[in-house]
Amino acid sequence: MQRVTRSAIIDAPIERVWEVLRDFNSHDRWHPAVADSHIENGEAPDQIGCVRNFHLRDGAHIREQLIALSDTDHISTYCILDATVPLQRYVATLQLKPVTDGNRTFWHWQSTFDTPPGREAELAGMVGRGVYEAGFDALRRYLRKSDRSSRTTVSGTTPHGGEMTGQAVILKAFGGIEQLSFDNIQVPAPGPREVRIRQAAAGINYIDVYICRGEYRMLTPPAALGMEAAGTVIDIGVDVHGLLPGDRVAYAFDQPGAFATLRTLQAEQVVPIPADIEIETAAAVLFKGMTAEYLLHRVHTVRAGETILVHAAAGGVGTFLCQWGKYLGARVIGTVGTEEKARIARDNGCDVPIVSPDHSFADAVKATTQGRGVDVVFDGLGRLAERENYESLASTGHWVSYGHATGPLPPIDPALQSAKSLRVSRPVLFHYTADPVRLRAMAANVFTMLGRDVLKVNVRHRYPLASAASALDALESRRTIGPIVLVA
Amino acid sequence: MIKVYTSSVIDASADAVWAHIRDFNGMPKWHPAIAESRIEGNWPSDRVGCIRNFQLRDGGNIREQLLTLSDYDYQCTYSILESPMGVDNYIATLKLTPVTDGNRTFAEWSAEFDTLPGQERRLADSIGQGVFQAGFDALKSYFGHR
Repeated sequence: MQRVTRSAIIDAPIERVWEVLRDFNSHDRWHPAVADSHIENGEAPDQIGCVRNFHLRDGAHIREQLIALSDTDHISTYCILDATVPLQRYVATLQLKPVTDGNRTFWHWQSTFDTPPGREAELAGMVGRGVYEAGFDALRRYLRKSDRSSRTTVSGTTPHGGEMTGQAVILKAFGGIEQLSFDNIQVPAPGPREVRIRQAAAGINYIDVYICRGEYRMLTPPAALGMEAAGTVIDIGVDVHGLLPGDRVAYAFDQPGAFATLRTLQAEQVVPIPADIEIETAAAVLFKGMTAEYLLHRVHTVRAGETILVHAAAGGVGTFLCQWGKYLGARVIGTVGTEEKARIARDNGCDVPIVSPDHSFADAVKATTQGRGVDVVFDGLGRLAERENYESLASTGHWVSYGHATGPLPPIDPALQSAKSLRVSRPVLFHYTADPVRLRAMAANVFTMLGRDVLKVNVRHRYPLASAASALDALESRRTIGPIVLVA
Repeated sequence: MIKVYTSSVIDASADAVWAHIRDFNGMPKWHPAIAESRIEGNWPSDRVGCIRNFQLRDGGNIREQLLTLSDYDYQCTYSILESPMGVDNYIATLKLTPVTDGNRTFAEWSAEFDTLPGQERRLADSIGQGVFQAGFDALKSYFGHR
């Protein structure tokens, strides 16, 4: 049996340290080795018997159960239920004691476990150094940063404590891109559970066009446009966990306002950007990457051997669907408007690019599938392609309508649906990202695929923030290839 | 029942600190409040049940009995048999724990006892500060503290 013991003095009162450590699900906010964590079955993190289900940054997956918790003795005891690392019969106890001489905290962390023969030293080192010692340092940093930021919020004595002036792309009225202006905005200091971000880059999406036109009433003019951006945390409000000033973060959510130099928003909407990914890349991919993620993994679970149809296959979401769909083992058929875009689609994993500037593609789809049709169509086109999409689908196929670049898709005739036993989904990304745990998991999947080079990003189109109207015009008139980024 | 708890960090390994304080008869060597000490009946000072009989620098006389001694846990427990302090059922524990981060020592000294109503605060202060913290302060300056 291995026994690993580590202990440290933390320069903070015991109440402050225990407040963090008693939360059995807090480790993904302060421990650098933990990528994501949730408590199973929605149980409270101080429920004896609750299970935390988490991933380490190296990909390991672990389930641990809380088996004792004492607020009087500041003890938390837990064991591993199952793990992809071979720690057997692992039981750990974490205990805090007050250092009355100086109002500090003694932290004692100990575990016993068995390992496969020959791996004792390696695994004991991983637990002792990689988990416990790294944890001491990380908690110290976490407490220092969060204490500093809460002082900032309360006293307002730092340069960033109050309101700041920034610039934003404002939609003055619904109608179109001619209603856009570039104006000063006042950005408040972050309140409780909020962060303020200095934004370096923002991603442009087709939804921005819909909002300008007034087809999606997601804002009330005059208001700032834009669904996704990335940058650096300036300051954070109280009760924000796992985010620190200076952290690089990105977000994509259903409240427009991303086309701005500064923004204050809810901390739970923000995801950290891994160190190996550029801020501009994160801004370019998060919305489109999470769209591909939920379409391929959540709305329809794409399996190896399926045939999928992707429209605008050289566009932002389209290239991701091609790259990721191919990685999942699907046969990818794509539609594009020009020969140049066909080449780009092919470079991104599209097996059969179909050039159809007028959205007539069903015959070509039928021809390349021996008349059978596709298992799923990821339809961002809408009204003008309705009939062609219908014709392209195989019997029992799945029609996933996630956008309508050519106009709103009318209700689908139930008789047509039953003629092929078609499944129809009309999903909205933000319903899937509304749950912060799922949001982080989706973003983590996207960043993982970027890290593995499954998703490849080539940002060809950069516009200054003040030229957002030109960028949207280029997108709307189908002159662009791949992601478009506004840079502050 | 009154409980007193005092803890500190000593800038030396637990082995070194324990070697310095383990002797139940050795208080005069390191604690500034203790003038002289002997073990009754010529017992060894690490035999459980032995009684130390010592003089405080301010003149009081105290008899304490060793209840437990653990080199493995760096811990000893003792009770007061007789003292001028006005405490009953007094049991104290002195314990060291290694701090692996920096090779230091976390030292805890605690006691539980009964006393007459109205004396609690005064006794808790004089034991917690005058005895326990004063002992830690002496250890910290002996080993040099960060």
